[in-house]
Amino acid sequence: MSSAAVLAAEFQAPSFEYSLLSPLLVIFGVAITGVLVEAFAPRGSRYLLQAVLAVLGVVGALVATVIVGLNLVSRGGGTAHGSIAAEGAIAVDGPSIFIWGTVLVLSLVSVLLFAERRLEGGVLSFAGQAAALPGTEAEREASTRGLEHTEVFPLMMFAVGGMMLFPASNDLLTMFVALEVLSLPLYLLCGLARRRRLLSQEAALKYFMLGAFSSGFFIYGIALVYGYAGSMNFAAISAAVSGRAGGEGLLLGGIALLAVGMMFKVGAAPFHAWTPDVYQGAPTAVTAFMAACTKVAAFGALLRLFYVAFGGARWDWTPMVWVIAILTMVVGSVLALSQTDVKRMLAYSSIAHAGFLLTGFVGAQQVADVGIGEITSLQAVLFYLVTYGFTTVAAFAVVTVVRDAGGEATHLSRWSGLGKESPVVAGVFAVLLLGMAGIPLTSGFTGKWAVFTTALAGGAWPLVVTAVLFSVVAAFFYVRVIVLMYFSDPVGEGPTVATPSILTTIVIAVGFAATLALGVVPGPVLDLAAAAGEFIR
Amino acid sequence: MPVVDPAAADGVFSLLWLVIALPALGAAVLLLGGRRTDAWGHLLGVATVAGSFVLSLVAFVGLLGRGADDRAFTQHLYTWIEAGGFRVEASLLYDPLSALFLLLITGVGALIHLYSVGYMAHDPRRRRFFAYLNLFVAAMLVLVLADDYVVLFLGWEGVGLASYLLIGFWQHKPSAAVAAKKAFVVNRVGDLGMALGIMLMFATFGSTAFAEVSRVATEATDGVLTALGLLLLLAACGKSAQVPLQSWLLDAMEGPTPVSALIHAATMVTAGVYLVVRSNFIYENAPVAQTAVVVVGAVTLLWGAVIGCAKDDIKKALAGSTMSQIGYMMLAAGLGVAGYAFAIFHLLTHGFFKANMFLGAGSVMHGMDDDVDMRHYGALQKAMPVTFLTFAMGYLAIIGFPGFSGFWSKDKIIEAGFEDNLVAGLAALLGAGITAFYMTRLMLMTFFGEKRWEKGVHPHESPKVMTVPLIVLAALSVLGGVMLLGDWIVGFLAPVVGEAEHHTPAVPPIVMTLVVVAVVAVGVATAWLLVGRREVPRTAPQRVSVFTRAARADLYGDAINEALFMRPGDRFVGDLVTFDNAGVDGAVNGTAAAFGGMSGRMRRWQNGFVRSYALSVLVGALVVLVAMLAVNLA
Amino acid sequence: MELYMPVVALGIIATGFAVFSIVMSAVVGPKRYNRAKLDSYECGIEPTPQPVGGGRFPVKYYITAMLFIVFDIEIIFLYPWAVAFDNMAVFGLVEMILFILTVFVAYAYVWRRGGLEWD
Repeated sequence: MSSAAVLAAEFQAPSFEYSLLSPLLVIFGVAITGVLVEAFAPRGSRYLLQAVLAVLGVVGALVATVIVGLNLVSRGGGTAHGSIAAEGAIAVDGPSIFIWGTVLVLSLVSVLLFAERRLEGGVLSFAGQAAALPGTEAEREASTRGLEHTEVFPLMMFAVGGMMLFPASNDLLTMFVALEVLSLPLYLLCGLARRRRLLSQEAALKYFMLGAFSSGFFIYGIALVYGYAGSMNFAAISAAVSGRAGGEGLLLGGIALLAVGMMFKVGAAPFHAWTPDVYQGAPTAVTAFMAACTKVAAFGALLRLFYVAFGGARWDWTPMVWVIAILTMVVGSVLALSQTDVKRMLAYSSIAHAGFLLTGFVGAQQVADVGIGEITSLQAVLFYLVTYGFTTVAAFAVVTVVRDAGGEATHLSRWSGLGKESPVVAGVFAVLLLGMAGIPLTSGFTGKWAVFTTALAGGAWPLVVTAVLFSVVAAFFYVRVIVLMYFSDPVGEGPTVATPSILTTIVIAVGFAATLALGVVPGPVLDLAAAAGEFIR
Repeated sequence: MPVVDPAAADGVFSLLWLVIALPALGAAVLLLGGRRTDAWGHLLGVATVAGSFVLSLVAFVGLLGRGADDRAFTQHLYTWIEAGGFRVEASLLYDPLSALFLLLITGVGALIHLYSVGYMAHDPRRRRFFAYLNLFVAAMLVLVLADDYVVLFLGWEGVGLASYLLIGFWQHKPSAAVAAKKAFVVNRVGDLGMALGIMLMFATFGSTAFAEVSRVATEATDGVLTALGLLLLLAACGKSAQVPLQSWLLDAMEGPTPVSALIHAATMVTAGVYLVVRSNFIYENAPVAQTAVVVVGAVTLLWGAVIGCAKDDIKKALAGSTMSQIGYMMLAAGLGVAGYAFAIFHLLTHGFFKANMFLGAGSVMHGMDDDVDMRHYGALQKAMPVTFLTFAMGYLAIIGFPGFSGFWSKDKIIEAGFEDNLVAGLAALLGAGITAFYMTRLMLMTFFGEKRWEKGVHPHESPKVMTVPLIVLAALSVLGGVMLLGDWIVGFLAPVVGEAEHHTPAVPPIVMTLVVVAVVAVGVATAWLLVGRREVPRTAPQRVSVFTRAARADLYGDAINEALFMRPGDRFVGDLVTFDNAGVDGAVNGTAAAFGGMSGRMRRWQNGFVRSYALSVLVGALVVLVAMLAVNLA
Repeated sequence: MELYMPVVALGIIATGFAVFSIVMSAVVGPKRYNRAKLDSYECGIEPTPQPVGGGRFPVKYYITAMLFIVFDIEIIFLYPWAVAFDNMAVFGLVEMILFILTVFVAYAYVWRRGGLEWD
């Protein structure tokens, strides 16, 4: 029998559920179209084309997500719904849909931030010509000619696509590909700042190198787990883990290494070191996008990987996550105390938030464990991600409008007296900071409440006590900024608040409104998270 | 003891919310509208309260048309608070008790609003004054229409706020600002009792609604009921200026006179009496607390009367009298079922004649260039005939001149007092004598004798807008007694407070009445001998007896407060501050410094080199790996 | 473990071959040096003098290398498709066309933005 005959006997055209995957397809389609626009559209018209295309693409994907979400099939006795698509590679279930929606809404907001042109005097806040060396004649020429890299839009769309695929992937290989698809455009975007380009390029390189390093761990972990389970598929891995067929070392090593890759992406200590440098160096719009969306996507993937594939080995990985969570909260909260740069401070704040999220993650309350009216760990973490995402995007958007002659005035000393200079901006920022600190009546409080209660219900009370203690430490540095803005006199000429276009204004307004609304009436979004149900396998 | 069990409001009673909404709207418009409403603000203020009065009257007539056991209605507005088992409905309760209060508040309120149009005519902030007055009326109506202690507390605090704003209305005067603050602080003590009482109530009964609490009140232990009664009494003492929380009322006279008439004579200060009467289902089961109410009432009625005797400031003399009269009401309320109706009866008649006299005093001040010292008055009966005549009606009513409203109401309280126990009766009787003395003194010094006017003062009668309310109130002072015809008010209130069984008193009522009249006559005669026959010195004599000195110093109420509370409090707070600075702040700052230092050391790891970061990732990975394997394979 | 023996054997053979050839060439080969032989090897072209600290090198090489990889990947996919073409029939054709089109998008971008011009 020839090899061709073997193929003929076995080959079946793979089925591909186009309608279920339509949100992903729309985003990738828009990204590729964006590359073509870049190739063929005249320079003058690219900005508008790209921006509109990106907005329409994200909105389209959002609509598709809603439609897919409304038509999910119920499974597992009503606690979960969805289907496995693309020959087992992608799971389109409640949590996927929720994360897709969150990522897309936050991306929509971020696109507006990317498209802001007024703050830099009519050009994007990205490098005019990335290839031009900083401080050279070529750079000055690019600047005077008003060059722009409108490639940022398709790059961002690729990243969004990766972020959607990442938490929905149902096997390790798809997950790895998604991880790279979301990471590579981000590495590039980080290096594209218009101002302080050396810092930006350094950030990009650091991010890339450390990202590649951690990807190495991830793929090593994949290899070990494959060696243990004999399959990349989560359901198969789950079955193997529950069966415990022996070869414990392979499994535990694989879990540990996969955790390293994941923890790097969510910015948990001790794999957080890139976060402050990259958040500070990257263009602020990218930082906003990255801080909000990457964290959402990475936590989604972390939840799926550990709850679905390694759910049976929960008692094996829980101690490790405890240690990482505590370390992350300590590092994030304590190091933020001594920061003098707003963006770095927010970076450490995002590390601390990762710690709080891990606290919720570790509770591992499943549908079977909770009573009526309570929520599972998964739902609590999803809700926290929503609250965190909006507040973060808006906070970074505020950073873009506080400026001096050299661009954004990110040094904290420049922020003193902002309350007098611009009561509105300072007031909004103060509310956002209070939100991050978790003061009641803001979204941060309801989010923290959700994850801490599920963690408590899961028996992780020492972790919750630690989390509450370090929330207090964290509150200190948030409030310090508020004190600085309102009760300190401006240094020198003081900060100026540039008037942004409607785009950035929308971003700030949406984030601000979400911070307050989710604090006062969290019900609808909590219900939505509860409706997301469990992962399917 | 009746249970509060109202039917759902329908027909005219479904407009109840409007009674509150009108003045609330007026306050909102006047406060938010700012200067734009200056021109017509006072008219709006009068109109809203007058509207409420009309509604109250219509509702009252409607109520009279119903049977005696069908006179309680509730109007549910919305659910105010719902938290676990705790549920507070924003509902209004309209029953005979609230109905009478509604008439008093909106009726006397409307007259005083009208009077204020003239009295405040030259004040640049008149519009704001009316806004506060409207706010007060709205809050007071919430207080008396509440069907839940929490809602009542809302109105309770609302009138407290309005009182604070209005006492300090002339905030440019330091004395007014201080008086407002004092009233607010002293009231806080009472409010604390109220808050604790409500909490205890919820903890005991699981509800704070009148209906529910009155239904299950008997199920609580005696201790709890006594505690509840005493806590509510504390609240009542604060709001009604009863001993020991009496000290703020005299200073509160710093407010404009219509305020003194409306808030600090006719309505707000009687809220304590309302609270005790409304809570009859608690007091009936807590005899100890009831006795405490009687004691407080008796002490205060003498305390206030004594102060009233020594004051030269016309408003302060009246304030002492108010305190004393509310003491009467408290005493009656403490007598239980036998006294509730008479407490309310005296409350209403007092509302008429005291408002009348305060407004009269205001009219006098208006004519005397805002001088309040009675030693500068004299012989005003010719200069201000209308004021004099109306004031005289109030005077006759308060001393209990036979036939006038005060005669009927006070007489009933003294009778009931004697029936309960001798001491209470004697206190009430003695109080009546002292009242006759100081009111006669006030009359003589103000309207009779020689002119002792300051130079350049030309007393004149007040404008119509002020005298008309005076006339109406004077008429009510005279005729208020009709409510007692055929024991109407007793029967009317019976569904709310219960009705005492009749028994023949030990002393025939007519004898008692004669005794009271005789005591009053003695008081009047004494005043005539001491004040009327002699010349009144223009400055107060300094060489006076210890008793006069004590009465002038408000019986050392402030001194007692200062010695017992303020100075020890000062010391305690000082010690706390020291402890806070050294101990608490030390710990907090120390912790903060520790974290700061930790942060400073930890940030050195963040050195900017990728190689170090990669190393930390590697080390972290190794630790995780080893930890996983060690924990699980060990 | 037996399963992996061939792999290990292959590794040993490969290492042995490398060691053998390097050692043998050093032992048997003639040793006549000249200037060109001692110079560093740089893709067969004239070595460019390096400034202190490494300096910049033309990005053109980088772009060419990247393009090469794009086509390399394409070939890697095309090859097995060509082998199994008969079996995969229309499905394979359609998928391949989609794949090539996607790859060509990147190519078109490079082309339009001047990535193919050497100077």
